[in-house]
Amino acid sequence: MQLTPLYRRAAGLLSVIMATTANASDWATRSDLDLRPGVTQVSQEVHDLHTTILWIVTAIGLLVFGLILVAMIRHRRSRRPNPSTFHENIVLELLWTIVPFIILIAMAVPATLVLFQLEDSSGSELTVKVTGSRWKWNYEYLTYKDDNQVNLSFYSNIATPVEQRETPVFSAGLFPYGTASDRGGQPAPKKDHNYNLEVDKPLVLPSGIKVRFLITSDDVIHSFWVPDFGGKKDAIPGYVNEMWAKIPEGKEDTYYGQCTELCGKGHAFMPIEVKVVSQDKFDTWLADEKAKAAAAPDLTPFADLKEAMDAGEGVYKANCALCHGNNGEGGIGLKFAGSEFMTDAKHLPEHIDTLINGRNAMPSFKAQLSPRDIAAVVTYERNAFGNDSGDLVQPADVNDHESQ
Amino acid sequence: MTTATATHDAHHDHHHAPSGLKRWLFSTNHKDIGTMYLWFSFAMFMTGGFMAMVIRAELLEPGMQFVDPEFFNQMTTVHGLVMVFGAVMPAFVGLANWMIPLMVGAPDMALPRMNNWSFWILPFAFTLLIGSVLMSAFAPGHPAAPDFGWTFYAPLSTTYGPDSTDLFVFSVHMMGISSIMGAINVIVTVLNLRAPGMTLMKMPLFVWTWLITAFLLIAVMPVLAGAVTMVLMDRHFGTSFFDAAGGGDPVLFQHVFWFFGHPEVYIMILPSFGIVSAILPTFSRKPLFGYASMVYATASIALLSFVVWAHHMFTVGLPLAGTLFFMYMTMLISVPTGVKVFNWVATMWRGSLTFELPMKWAIAFVVLFTCGGLSGLMLAITPVDFQYHDTYFVVAHFHYVLVTGAIFSIFAAAYYWLPKWSGVMPSKLLGELHFWSSLISANLLFFPMHFVGLAGMPRRYADYALQFADYNFWISIGGFWFGLSQLLFVAVAVRCAMKKGEKAPANPWGAADGLEWEVPSPAPFHTHETPPLIK
Repeated sequence: MQLTPLYRRAAGLLSVIMATTANASDWATRSDLDLRPGVTQVSQEVHDLHTTILWIVTAIGLLVFGLILVAMIRHRRSRRPNPSTFHENIVLELLWTIVPFIILIAMAVPATLVLFQLEDSSGSELTVKVTGSRWKWNYEYLTYKDDNQVNLSFYSNIATPVEQRETPVFSAGLFPYGTASDRGGQPAPKKDHNYNLEVDKPLVLPSGIKVRFLITSDDVIHSFWVPDFGGKKDAIPGYVNEMWAKIPEGKEDTYYGQCTELCGKGHAFMPIEVKVVSQDKFDTWLADEKAKAAAAPDLTPFADLKEAMDAGEGVYKANCALCHGNNGEGGIGLKFAGSEFMTDAKHLPEHIDTLINGRNAMPSFKAQLSPRDIAAVVTYERNAFGNDSGDLVQPADVNDHESQ
Repeated sequence: MTTATATHDAHHDHHHAPSGLKRWLFSTNHKDIGTMYLWFSFAMFMTGGFMAMVIRAELLEPGMQFVDPEFFNQMTTVHGLVMVFGAVMPAFVGLANWMIPLMVGAPDMALPRMNNWSFWILPFAFTLLIGSVLMSAFAPGHPAAPDFGWTFYAPLSTTYGPDSTDLFVFSVHMMGISSIMGAINVIVTVLNLRAPGMTLMKMPLFVWTWLITAFLLIAVMPVLAGAVTMVLMDRHFGTSFFDAAGGGDPVLFQHVFWFFGHPEVYIMILPSFGIVSAILPTFSRKPLFGYASMVYATASIALLSFVVWAHHMFTVGLPLAGTLFFMYMTMLISVPTGVKVFNWVATMWRGSLTFELPMKWAIAFVVLFTCGGLSGLMLAITPVDFQYHDTYFVVAHFHYVLVTGAIFSIFAAAYYWLPKWSGVMPSKLLGELHFWSSLISANLLFFPMHFVGLAGMPRRYADYALQFADYNFWISIGGFWFGLSQLLFVAVAVRCAMKKGEKAPANPWGAADGLEWEVPSPAPFHTHETPPLIK
């Protein structure tokens, strides 16, 4: 670690601190002191319940703190040199056992009623399977009204430009978004509005109908939470959990959420973005997406190595860099820079196979990346980081391998 | 904090207190072992605090400025482990070692050699754990330290755990052995070595709360040992306790962990209740209100703690009936807890109050612990917990209970009993500065966490959306301030250890009641060799 960038960083940090207020005030409409009421009927009932309970505990708190304050002021030695000696009072003691009990019952009744609603996912017209997968979400539309074979599935990755994230001073080399020397100590560009919340492909839902989520995970435990829908459910490997939401008509908007169960390094970087549209628009969108998915994959060959490398770099940063390092230096995953696996052409089929089928902790990317993307990223990995193997993989090669 | 040579009794001339390194390595004296526990826990408090400073520095503003997210996760994990197992629990064991024999009129702990062992395991356990962090920071290749949260949920700690998970497993085993031996010692001492005439219902409440805590420890530390052993088996011996792919169950891990984890929460707060119940009567000059109901309330809290564990797991998809059961049981805990708070208020009521340092910390405890208790009641309500769960609201809640609760009570205890331990009064000026600085900064640190949690910031996030920036900035400022404030206590403690300050009489607080105040200050190396007679 060099001293100068650190010093410059400290100065930069100070200037950002002073600008912090301005940054955050853009968000005044999205964040306040209290729980968000949300958009669904249930989330608003949860909010009302929260408000009721908050007032009850505030009242209890004020009572207790008030009594302590009175004792501290009126019963201090300077005003009361002779203390009383009482040390029990059966009536009082019974009172402060029974009264709280009654208050608890008063809280438990509405809580139970709201809970019954939250747990009742019957009568849903759209079922979406949500799968947490380090560190992205997979959405699979299973059933929609009479259609039990929707079969539309896509992955949703964080879309915040990597340049907006600073490079940690004490990076152990695992952080994907460049090293300090990469950025030459330059401060990161201003973070935009949806920093750490936006995704490349949002979940699209129709308003006005009950949507059931089936939530599971590919690897570790994640948790699916859109605050405006009124709750969260854990995504657990081997389990399928249920949750539902019914966004009222007229509330078409974009809603954000985040993973809420520690899932490793990328925990803070797997946001949820939900675009709620009217049913008409949803039907059109769904038809388009299904048509796109049914179409044959784009197998247009790359004209030259450069075209493939350019396409591969973006794919690499979005999908590979978190484990293999921005410069192929490795980390959780294999080191690519200078690796014989990358430079020796005899490993090429194995390389393609690893992307398609996965290996050990490395997940399969068959469902996430098109043959063209896989071809691009394999080419990139074999030629970037000084590997310069010259191998150019074409989409058709990958497609052949997939259909084997 | 004691020098033994000056204080041994005349008829014990043949039997000098050992000196030098051997005095501490081979000590079987409850006071020396208590002192070692207290210094050790304070060192761990500063170590865990330093990790919190790293966390708060990273969260000062949005973006990744200081450490990468992997190291950030290691910091949150080890901060939690060090604070729970290294700072709070050993501090209470240290207080128990020092005070229980003095309070019940026993010459020492019942099992002094085991006492030595249970302390000396700890430095080794924490060397393993903290060693993994040092390796992550400095060793070539930066092998990751434990990075799965102090709750080490499977499969993040099994299939996906770093190699250092094994260090963590062994370190937790050792901490568990230490705690169990400490607990056995407390139980045997309290049940067998009380002075004649001290019936159970005449024991000071600190002894009562520790007796109950010790039973909790014996009941749940083996469960934790089981959990880490299963993690080890899953990692290396081909079992699939927690691996769904092998027929196991990741949720089973959470049930096992929280069956330990919830009683653990009370292990970290029941002795605090005892401390505050000792301090409030002294400075209110009035006996503790509702002694018997305090004992029963403590026992009911301990029993209920075994049937509420799944309230940490409301979002895993429990059956509705199970959710309701755990919600109702959790709410029920607020009844005995409320009894305690009301008893404390009634103890102060119509007393003759003065506000020496221990009293200040104790009143701050009652108020701020109550805040933590009330947010705990909010978290018990399952439908809204679905919103609060795993957000900063939870972080705010348990820091109110553990920092302004447990840690504040430990400071109260330190200021209360330092004259007895060291023979000198703690510095008033430094102590006042330490108190006010900690009180204000702790609230600046933890109160806005409620808001940022309600606004939707998940916990264990290395980076966050811009809408949370303002809160996090002030939380970090509060954090640095609170961290620095603790250096004042270093000064207070070192001054006492060096015998600098006003000499303390046997009963420096005047109205303090209890056997510990009948021996001179500092307490001689051996006390109560002839049991005192309790009327």
